[in-house]
Amino acid sequence: MENFFKEKTDEYKNLLAEYLEQQDEKALYGVELVSKALIKHNILPEEIINIHIKALKELDPNLFGAFEHSLEFLLEAMISYGLAHQEIQTLREQQIALKSEISVAAQMQKTLLKTKKPDVPGLDIGVISVPANQMNGDYYSFLQNADGTIGIAMADVIGKGVPAALCMSMIKYTLDSLPKESLPPPAVLHNLNRVVERNIESNMFITMMYAEYNPETSKLVYSFAGHEPGYFYRAAEDQFTEFSTSGLVLGVSEEVEFEQAEIEIDEGDMVVLLTDGVTECRDGDRFIEIDEVLDVIRQFTHLSAQEMVQEVYRYFERLQDFQLQDDFSLLILRKTV
Amino acid sequence: MNLEITLTEEGNQSIIALAGEIDAYTVTNLKETFDSVTKKEGQEVIVDLEHVTYMDSTGLGVFIGALKSTKESDSELKLVNIQDRVYRLFQITGLDEIMDVKAAIRGGNE
Repeated sequence: MENFFKEKTDEYKNLLAEYLEQQDEKALYGVELVSKALIKHNILPEEIINIHIKALKELDPNLFGAFEHSLEFLLEAMISYGLAHQEIQTLREQQIALKSEISVAAQMQKTLLKTKKPDVPGLDIGVISVPANQMNGDYYSFLQNADGTIGIAMADVIGKGVPAALCMSMIKYTLDSLPKESLPPPAVLHNLNRVVERNIESNMFITMMYAEYNPETSKLVYSFAGHEPGYFYRAAEDQFTEFSTSGLVLGVSEEVEFEQAEIEIDEGDMVVLLTDGVTECRDGDRFIEIDEVLDVIRQFTHLSAQEMVQEVYRYFERLQDFQLQDDFSLLILRKTV
Repeated sequence: MNLEITLTEEGNQSIIALAGEIDAYTVTNLKETFDSVTKKEGQEVIVDLEHVTYMDSTGLGVFIGALKSTKESDSELKLVNIQDRVYRLFQITGLDEIMDVKAAIRGGNE
């Protein structure tokens, strides 16, 4: 370090001498390299001025009076810049540490929330979930019940990022702890609500829908807790209809009853479930309305369910001023036989 | 986009008039304003949302917090003049069932 500093100080002096004599570009370029090397070694701006003063004194011992004092004055003025520079340096290091910590957490979250699409003959399932930031506040899960029915859960924690992600693991654990026998959807939501209500801050909440599909009867029974409505595509009519049940979001009040409703699915019919990240997408100042989402889905009905959800997301991603405001999740279920 | 907050207090009544967008960025000030009035006993807190054009779920969360806080202090929270887009949020989340919310009257101010 000592040597480095001495070396650069000499180099600076030589370059300065060269420049005083000839005012050439080469010396200017040289000093740029010197200053970059000094920055790399955390040499502060006031120290560079100090190098300058020393060099100048050695080159011209007759330097005196006001000019010399003015340089000392400038040196003092640079001290605050130096401090600011050091602070930025520290912040930069902290930011790198934080970033890597969050990406480790995001990776953990991915592992934790991994869910396997159930393999049901005659049922084609596609799902995509894209976080707005590194961590996802949306959640979906498939449950394979002992009686052959399939549970489908979709939830959206208010806000996004780390707090939402932490909150979501609560849903995951509660769902995992439910009995193996299938429960009616309102009972599932009721259980979750009890846990969430006790463990959540007063201005947070979770919207959720839970559905159960019975492959034998082709019936989908569902219950909503303040979640975005789903859409049911009736192939025979080539039309989407909204479906939902009324019910309060999870985490607000313990005394909530959830309703249940059902639909029967025929061949070619589709069930579309989503989070508000889909309906709150913006293209510049314009909000993307649900009709547009459904129109896009309709364009891709010839594809498999998984390709469909991916193409729908890609379609919005391609819009010129598209910004993902919130975590985006889309799930499509289609009866193929 | 900003959120303008105008608080008028008169006796037991506090009127909070809002204008702009309520989202994760603007919600902090709103939360502070709510905290300053909803914790007082026996208050009637009226929030006028006529000029609120957008609200996200973080905004909704602050209203839930305010509702809980007014209940604890025996106060009342009323939301008035809510525009369609924002009102839909209250309906989907089922909050319209547990909160005193009134949509904006279309085609006039009577």
